[in-house]
Amino acid sequence: MKGYEAVIGLEIHVELKTASKIFCSSSAHFGAEPNANICPVCLGLPGVLPVLNKRVVEYGIRAALALNCEVARFSKFDRKNYYYPDLPKNYQISQYDLPLAQHGYLEIDTGNGRKRIGITRVHMEEDAGKLVHQGTVTTTPYSLVDYNRTGVPLLEIVSEPDMRSPEEARAYAEKLRSIIQFTGISDCKMEEGSLRVDANVSVRPAGSQGFGVKTEIKNVNSFRALARALAYEIERQISVLEEGGRIVQETRTWDEGKGVTLSLRSKEEAHDYRYFPEPDLPPLVISREWVEEIRRTLPELPDARRERYMKEYGLPAYDAGVLTTTREIGDYFESCVRLYPRPKTVSNWVMGELARLLNATNTEITASPVKPEQLATLLKLIDDGTISGKIAKTVFEEMFNTGKDPQAVVEEQGLVQITDAAALKAVVEKVIAANPKVVADFKQGKDKALGFLVGQVMKETRGKANPQLVNRLLKESIANSDN
Amino acid sequence: MDLCFLPAHELGRLLREKKVSAVELAGAVYSRIDAVESRVKAYLLTLKEEALNQARAVDAALASGEELLPLAGIPLAVKDNICLRGVETTCASKILKGFIPPYDATVIERLKEQRVVFTGKTNMDEFAMGSSTENSGFYPTANPWDLERVPGGSSGGSAAAVAAGEAVLALGSDTGGSIRQPASFCGVVGLKPTYGLVSRYGLVAFASSLDQIGPITRDVRDCALLLNAIAGHDPRDSTSAPQEVPDYTEFLVPDVRGFRIGIPREYVGEGIAPEVRAVLNRVVELLEGMGAEVEETSLPHVRYSLPAYYLIAPAEASSNLARYDGVRYGLRVPAEDVVTMYKRTRSQGFGAEVKRRIMLGTYALSAGYYDAYYLKALKVRTLIRRDFDEAFKRFDLILSPTAPTPAFKIGEKVADPLAMYLSDIFTLAVNLAGVPAISVPGGFAGHLPVGVQFIGPPFAEGQLFRAAYALEQEAGLAAKRPAL
Ligand SMILES: [Zn+2]
Repeated sequence: MKGYEAVIGLEIHVELKTASKIFCSSSAHFGAEPNANICPVCLGLPGVLPVLNKRVVEYGIRAALALNCEVARFSKFDRKNYYYPDLPKNYQISQYDLPLAQHGYLEIDTGNGRKRIGITRVHMEEDAGKLVHQGTVTTTPYSLVDYNRTGVPLLEIVSEPDMRSPEEARAYAEKLRSIIQFTGISDCKMEEGSLRVDANVSVRPAGSQGFGVKTEIKNVNSFRALARALAYEIERQISVLEEGGRIVQETRTWDEGKGVTLSLRSKEEAHDYRYFPEPDLPPLVISREWVEEIRRTLPELPDARRERYMKEYGLPAYDAGVLTTTREIGDYFESCVRLYPRPKTVSNWVMGELARLLNATNTEITASPVKPEQLATLLKLIDDGTISGKIAKTVFEEMFNTGKDPQAVVEEQGLVQITDAAALKAVVEKVIAANPKVVADFKQGKDKALGFLVGQVMKETRGKANPQLVNRLLKESIANSDN
Repeated sequence: MDLCFLPAHELGRLLREKKVSAVELAGAVYSRIDAVESRVKAYLLTLKEEALNQARAVDAALASGEELLPLAGIPLAVKDNICLRGVETTCASKILKGFIPPYDATVIERLKEQRVVFTGKTNMDEFAMGSSTENSGFYPTANPWDLERVPGGSSGGSAAAVAAGEAVLALGSDTGGSIRQPASFCGVVGLKPTYGLVSRYGLVAFASSLDQIGPITRDVRDCALLLNAIAGHDPRDSTSAPQEVPDYTEFLVPDVRGFRIGIPREYVGEGIAPEVRAVLNRVVELLEGMGAEVEETSLPHVRYSLPAYYLIAPAEASSNLARYDGVRYGLRVPAEDVVTMYKRTRSQGFGAEVKRRIMLGTYALSAGYYDAYYLKALKVRTLIRRDFDEAFKRFDLILSPTAPTPAFKIGEKVADPLAMYLSDIFTLAVNLAGVPAISVPGGFAGHLPVGVQFIGPPFAEGQLFRAAYALEQEAGLAAKRPAL
C-alpha cells in the first residue's frame, strides 16, 4: 500500500425482528417452510395495497438515535423499480430523497485510539424473496422462489467514506452490529442474512484529498471476508494504477473460495431504478414527542456499558470491550458478577473457557449449557478450596457438556481437592523416593526442581491435590530426609 | 312492469313490500342479458348461477323477517378491475387471463354485507387505459343507444350494462374520466368520488394517485345509495380518508336556489361539439330557472391537464404494471431464460395502448428526464389543485360538459391516440385535483345522450348529488331508455 491510501464506505442492511412484515400482517420470522409466511399483499397480487407497520418506524428511530442520527420530521417512501423474480411487484418500496434519519456517527477503536465514522443516512425498505436454484444460477434448469422474506423490514445504514483500511471497515461493521444488537431491533446474524454488508472502496495517493474511482464489493458473508475482500481489492486497484491502468467504476463480487473479487457489472450496465414517490403511502410525519419517547426507552449502548465496566468493575479496556460486543455477553457477565463479585476472575472465565467452548460448539451465549449461576458456584468452589483451579477447567467442560451443576460433577467424578495432609503424605514420600536426582538438584538450590516434583504429585492424584499443600509437604519431607 | 329498467331504490321498495322477489329480479336481468348481450357485449363474464343463489338467500332472509339493507337483492355489475374473490379478474387484459383473486376488494366486501347480487364482470379498456372500451384485450363493447358507437371508457362495459338493462347498478373506476365519460355516452349517472373517499383495496391499480372506484347508476338517488354502501375509511388503504361519511340520500332535494355555479371558460371554448354546447346551454337555463346563479370563471392551469396527466398516470402505471411478468399468475409465455420469458409474456400479454403508456411512463421516470417531466407534471398538478381551491372560494360547484362530443363511432379514433385522449379533456383535471365530480344526463344530441359534469370541493359529494338531483328532476330524462 506504499504511497496509497484507501477510502472505504459501507452500506449495511439490517433485518428488523418485528413480529410482522413492513407492509402486511404476515409473520416476519426466519426459518419457516418456504412460502408459509405470505399473503396477497406481500405477494403483490393485483389490487392490494401496502399499510406501514408502525413498529418498523419505531425500530428505525431506535437505530437512528443509537447511531447519533437526526431523525427526519418529514419522510416518505419511494419506489425503486427493477425486475427480478424474487421481487413480486418488480419494484421495492424504499426511501430515496427523504430518508428516516441522517447525519449520525459511531466510534471505533483503531491502533491510534478512537476514531469517529460518519453515518450518512438510515432508511427503511422491504426485503426481497429468495431464489432457490438447482445447482448454480447459470446452469439451473429452473428456479424456485421463496417469498417468506419478501416484505421483511430492512434498515439500510450508509456510512460516510471515512474508513482508511480493511481493519477500520471491519471495526466499523462490528461496532455497528454491536450497537444495533444492543437496541434489540435485529439479530444481526450475517449467516442468516439479517445483516448484510456491501463495501465501496477506492484508492488515492496518500495525503491527497480527492477521491479515486470506486468499486462496490458485494457478497461478503462474514466480517473476516469483508476485511479480506477489501485488502484484496485495495491491492488490485493499486497494482492497476501502478501499471498505468485506470480503475473502472463497477460492482464486483467477492469469491470466498478463490479469495478474489470479480467484476459483476459495470456502471453502464447499472440499473436506472426510476425512483418516484410511492403513491400508495402517505408521507410520514414524525413528531418530536415520539422521537423523545423512543430516546427515553433506549437501552445502555456498547460504549456506555464499556465505560461502566471499566469504572464499576475495574476491568481493563480490552476485557470491557470484549464483554460488550453483544448485549448477551455483557448480561451473562453481569449476572455472574452479581453472584460472585470478583469481576476480573469472571471476565477471564467468560472470555476464556466459556468463549472457547461456545465457539467450538457454535452455541449462542444465551443457550450456554452453563448458566451464570453455575459458573459463579464453580468459582466459589475454587475459592473455598473444594477444587483446584486446574480441576475447575475439567469440571467446567463437563458442566458444559452435560449441563450439570458443579457440585454434582465434582462429587460424581471424585474431584474434591485433597487437603488432608495425612492423605497426601504417602504420595509425597513416594515421589521423593522415585526421583532422587531431582531431589538432589533441589537441595543444591535448583528451585525449578520443586515444580517438577509438585507436578508428579498432582499427576499421581489426578490433579486433585491442593498445590500449596503439596508444596509445603514436599519441602518438609525433603528437609526431614536430611536429618 | 319492466324490472330491468327500474332504479334500485324502487326495486328495493318492491322487494321489501314482497311485490317482487330477488330471484324474479335476477331472472329478469338474466333474460335481458340473454336478449341483448350478444349485441352490446357489456360483460366479460356473467355469474348467473351465483347470482341466483345470492338472490335466493335474500328472499330467504326476507321471508324470515330479516331487516334488509337498502341494496339487498339488487343486481350489480362489477368492472373487471375490481377483485371479486374466486372470480376471474383480468382487467380485460390477456396478461391476467386465468387470474382468480383469493380476496374481495373492500367495496365488494361492503356490498356483500348489503347482500347485493353480483351479475358479472364488465368489459373495459385494458387496465382502464382508454376512452372507448375498444382497448379491451378481448372485444369492444357497443353503445346501447347506437350499436355502431362506443360506450365510452374505460368503464364502458359497466355503463353499457346499466343503460341496456343488463344490470341495475354498476361499479366503475375513474382515473381520468373513466366513469363520467362513459356515463355521459350511455345516458346514465356516474360519480368519481373525492380521492380517498372509497377504498382502493382490491382495485387493480392503473395510476394509484388518481384511481377511484365509483357508482354508475340509472339515476341520482341510486348513485347516492351505492356511494353510501361503498364509501368510508378502510385501514387496508393508507390513502383512504379517515372521516365520517354522511347519508348521501339526505342531500336529494330538488332545490338549487342560491347555488353559485361557475363555468370555466377553458371548458367551453374550442373543441367542443355544437350539440354538446347546446345541451350545456339548456342545462344552464334549467339551473338558472331553478334559482341557481351561473357565472363564467377561469381555471387557468386546466389546459395543462392533458400533458400533466399523460406523464403522471403512465409513470405510475409503468411501475404498477411491472408485476405482470409471467412469474406468479396470469399469462406466461415460456422461454429458455427468465428475461426472455418476461419479454415474450409482456409483448404478447399487453395491448398496444398499455405498451404505449408503459413506455411513456418509463421514459418520464428515467434518469435525466425525471425533473423535466415527472417532477414538472407534479408541479402542474399542484397548480391545478390550487385553481380549484380558488374557484371553490367563489363557487359552490363547477359545471362543464362531461365530454366534448357525444359517443363516437367504433373505430373512429383508434388510429389517433391524441384524438382519443382529448375525449377526456374535461374530466382529467378532476382526478389531478382529487376533487369529486358527477356526470348526469343533460340532454340529447339526436338519438345520443349527452352528460354534464358537476365538480365540487373535496368531500362535497352531497352538494353534487343535490345539484344533479335537481337537474334530473327538472330535465326529466331519467325515463328515457335505448331502443335495443
Ligand atoms: Zn404478507
